[in-house]
Amino acid sequence: MVNDSASLATGLRSALAALSADRVVARVGAAAGADSAPAFAIRGLSLWYGHFQALRDITLDVASRRITALIGPSGCGKSTLLRCLNRMNELIPQVRIGGQVLFQGEDLYAPQTDPVEVRRRIGMVFQKPNPVPKSVYDNVAFGLRINGYQGKLDDLVERALRRAALWDEVRDKLRQSGLALSGGQQQRLCIARALAVEPEVLLMDEPCSALDPIATYKIEELMTELKRDYTIVIVTHNMQQASRVSDYTAFMLAGEDRAGALVECGETRSFFTNPRDKRTEDYVTGRFG
Amino acid sequence: MTLAPRPDARPGAPQRRSLRRPLRRALRERFVEAPLLVAALVSIFTTVGIVAVLVFETFEFFHEVPLWRFLTDTQWTPLFSEKYFGIVVLLSATVLTSFGAMVVALPLGLLAAVYLSEYASPGVRRAVKPVLEILAGIPTVVYGYFALLFVTPILQALIPGTAVFNGASAALVIGIMILPMVSSLSEDAMAAVPRALREGAYALGATRFEVAARVVVPAAFSGIVAAFMLAISRAVGETMIVAIAAGQSPTLTLSPLVPIETMTAYIVQVSLGDTPYGSLEYKTIFAVGMALFLLTLALNVASQSVLARFREEYP
Repeated sequence: MVNDSASLATGLRSALAALSADRVVARVGAAAGADSAPAFAIRGLSLWYGHFQALRDITLDVASRRITALIGPSGCGKSTLLRCLNRMNELIPQVRIGGQVLFQGEDLYAPQTDPVEVRRRIGMVFQKPNPVPKSVYDNVAFGLRINGYQGKLDDLVERALRRAALWDEVRDKLRQSGLALSGGQQQRLCIARALAVEPEVLLMDEPCSALDPIATYKIEELMTELKRDYTIVIVTHNMQQASRVSDYTAFMLAGEDRAGALVECGETRSFFTNPRDKRTEDYVTGRFG
Repeated sequence: MTLAPRPDARPGAPQRRSLRRPLRRALRERFVEAPLLVAALVSIFTTVGIVAVLVFETFEFFHEVPLWRFLTDTQWTPLFSEKYFGIVVLLSATVLTSFGAMVVALPLGLLAAVYLSEYASPGVRRAVKPVLEILAGIPTVVYGYFALLFVTPILQALIPGTAVFNGASAALVIGIMILPMVSSLSEDAMAAVPRALREGAYALGATRFEVAARVVVPAAFSGIVAAFMLAISRAVGETMIVAIAAGQSPTLTLSPLVPIETMTAYIVQVSLGDTPYGSLEYKTIFAVGMALFLLTLALNVASQSVLARFREEYP
């Protein structure tokens, strides 16, 4: 309890600081109704690769149990921002991070926060399907095993594959290599693998960019299904995809010095039809990017 | 747009060029090709020559000494008046020192490679790898004296009764010698594992060690086995260290603390002595050399089949 109120206090303080500094505060979480507490509260987040600043002063709320899309041209830092949400960036040497990311009120970058625990609760799916060169079964069981599940995993593996809408296609191929599946199946295998460890969030980094339209459709259908239980953040190049699947959209753009910054965000319905910022309008109408 | 007339139809235009290869270029190509072919043939002829000499002299040897004596004698005394030709004596010494070297080099080398590939910062890696490779460039005769004059006294202090020449000291130092090879080649194999595989595991909440042990090492397994096999071949063929530190007294023993003589050390001993050409002693070195050759060949074949069986393909 003491911890909770302390982190709530820091959260409030940083929220107030953000407001008073007159930054772009994306209060998309407030519009989300019942789940009004945001899953992520990003406050003044900046990131440097060595001397190069890749993100500048990003402040954004990510709604719980909704799909939030990050869009923007290449090099605007949307993948980098996504990777800040489960501390994947620190696997790259010489990364420095400023500002705060609160996950359910807890500071992800606090010294006592364990990145391994963070990544277990915040799952990730990558641009290119990356199953390990093992069987379909072992791919799904991998996360369970490293998280210390003992005994029979069969039921858990089956459940994860069903959730990822892959079970019917692979039930007879569980012992085959995961790499023998098609690209779309591999990507759903990676989703199943992520779901198996029961995360609370699914981060998806352009999950359909290597897939054909039918496989893309299946993944999008799956995302809509999954958002009842999971908070989903998706980075996408494809504005149609963002408008099809997401509830909220955030638009990023790199500045003069190539540091990515948030331009605008809001409910997807109004975002594409009624952008507030001229740059957003230019981008979503295809005038650049 | 109408079809324009060909440019060479204009007056003063150069004549149409033929598609035939100009003679000068043909000659130049021929001249380049010849030395390249010769260079390739030199190594092939050398290999063929070595094998031919080995086979011929070994054949001669077995004319005088029956194969069953070579395989079943339990003493090796071709230089004495009462001659025995048990290759098992030399073979056991080679196996003993090579096995000891592996016990030192494989775990250490693999751990060093995992450290360099998964834990070390780029700065540390840049500093450590060249140092390891320098270690690989030290002449083996230096290692031999290091074993005899530095490692052996330590062993003698630790384990009373250790002889001045012994297998343990040589094995330890061969292990140190091949350590850089094991770690450097294994590290190369691990570095070739795609980053996406590692990231997938990290994103599931794997620790660094879990990523290394469950993703990187299995994915790099074929490269690691190849490194091990190369290192074993080096250890089996190593000559100077065993000749200097392990002694030259052929003894059939499993004790690492007494003087022994490996196959390579025997060949050196005979080659350096005044053995007359064509004598039986002279022919023994070819028989031993043949046995050594078959041993490394068998290791290579074994490693190929291991690789074929355990290869984990990744995109």
